[in-house]
Amino acid sequence: MMLKVENLDVFYGDAQALDGVSLEIEEGAIVAIVGANGAGKTSLIRTIAGMHRPARGRIYFRGLDIAGWPSHKVCDLGIGQVAEGRQVFPSLSIAENLAMGAMLPRARATRERNLDHVYTLFPALAERSHQLAGTLSGGEQQMLAIGRCLMGAPDLVMFDEPSLGLAPTVVQSVLRCVRDLNREGLTCVLVEQNVAVSLKLASRAYVLENGRVTLSGSGAALLVDDRVRQAYLGL
Amino acid sequence: MPADVYLNVAVGGVLTGLVYGLMALGLSVIFGVVRVVNFAHGEMMTIAMYIAVTLFTAFHLDPLVMLVPIAAVMFAFGYVLQTRLINPFITRPEYSQFLLLVAVAIIIVNLLLIAFGPDAQNVQTSYAYDSFQIGPLIVDATKAYAGLAAIVVAAALFGFFQYTRLGTAIRACADNYTGALVVGLDVKHLYALTFGLGAACVGAAGCMLLLIFDVTPAVGPAYTLLAFVIVITGGLGSMPGALLGGVLIGLTEAMAGLLFTPSAKSMFAFGILVLVLLFRPQGIMGKRTA
Repeated sequence: MMLKVENLDVFYGDAQALDGVSLEIEEGAIVAIVGANGAGKTSLIRTIAGMHRPARGRIYFRGLDIAGWPSHKVCDLGIGQVAEGRQVFPSLSIAENLAMGAMLPRARATRERNLDHVYTLFPALAERSHQLAGTLSGGEQQMLAIGRCLMGAPDLVMFDEPSLGLAPTVVQSVLRCVRDLNREGLTCVLVEQNVAVSLKLASRAYVLENGRVTLSGSGAALLVDDRVRQAYLGL
Repeated sequence: MPADVYLNVAVGGVLTGLVYGLMALGLSVIFGVVRVVNFAHGEMMTIAMYIAVTLFTAFHLDPLVMLVPIAAVMFAFGYVLQTRLINPFITRPEYSQFLLLVAVAIIIVNLLLIAFGPDAQNVQTSYAYDSFQIGPLIVDATKAYAGLAAIVVAAALFGFFQYTRLGTAIRACADNYTGALVVGLDVKHLYALTFGLGAACVGAAGCMLLLIFDVTPAVGPAYTLLAFVIVITGGLGSMPGALLGGVLIGLTEAMAGLLFTPSAKSMFAFGILVLVLLFRPQGIMGKRTA
């Protein structure tokens, strides 16, 4: 198992964001995490990424317990994140944003190769490498956020709402990009408002409600589950 | 008074102002990135000034020659101060950071009083009374060297932030804190580096100012205040703004000293601050924020 989360509790002050969350992510998989706003999806991702310290529970990455590690050490293990709201550096150029993704010790040696890879995936970024990220459209910023993450040579990438706020055609290309990266061997965690699509892509999926995992199974099984169809697919 | 007197005083004021600007640059960089207001800024500069005085009196080492090692010592001081003392306060409310740094300032002033006493000290370099004559213009050698050194250090700092990966990473932290965590930048380390760089700026500025002014433990708070006036005048967070603000304040003080009385010079510096706050509250080169 690549990533194994056991009984994770996370609090913001007195409010509990995650309550005994356990999940497993297999090497090479796409794992979807489904849930309403405020269910704890972003909290889960940020806790795995080391941006929040869990009150209880363990996070094993390839057998190593990383719960409570600082984010820069977690990233350097190969756990990347395409964060909610893209989180690019608006006053830095595209090239500088990408360079920031490659500051991790693990990524320094392969910086040139990773940059070529990113520019091949997103030729639009290469053409405008000196443009400031703040002047890009939402879709372009999302490409930059994905490219910046890939510059860190991750083995696992957690995508947090990558299609939020994008035009429908761009949504498709972002999700296709996730699928293609997975086919190249990248393990992906996908948090997506677009539940039907993410369940179709995912080999395994978890449903989060009020900070708890209430349902899990293969993507195909959840897609036909009555509870999922009612609550998230509107069927 | 003949016109060239005004010109000479103005040039001297601009050169002193460049050193002020470098000092303020340190404050601006620390605030712009770490979002901590360094209320011990001038006091940190007096530490550097006393190191320079001591080295001069004991070993006859010129402050300008010792500028780099003293800046390095102040860098280490700033780095340790940030990691050990300020970092635990980063997430606390602003007033508690304020109290912490005011406490640091008071401790520095009084330690310097214990160590060096209240009397003014200065350095008498071999070129203390030299001057350059360029046409009708007469420039004090000390001010010329100090001003030039300030330009060199400021340019090096600009270059570092603009063209190195580490400098870019520091800008990235200031630009988007969450983004910096997301890509795995070691924000604590970068904050400490930034505080160290700010301290190195005042370290270098202290060496330069020592050529022009005496040092006493009590000047620390006055320089802290001056740095604030400059940074707010130039625009918080703007590096060129800090230098420009420094030049403006240096020039104003010099002209006020010539036209009125030297003891009134602070009044005019504050006058400029009031004008800026009235008509351009974001500072001369500051960006307007919503």
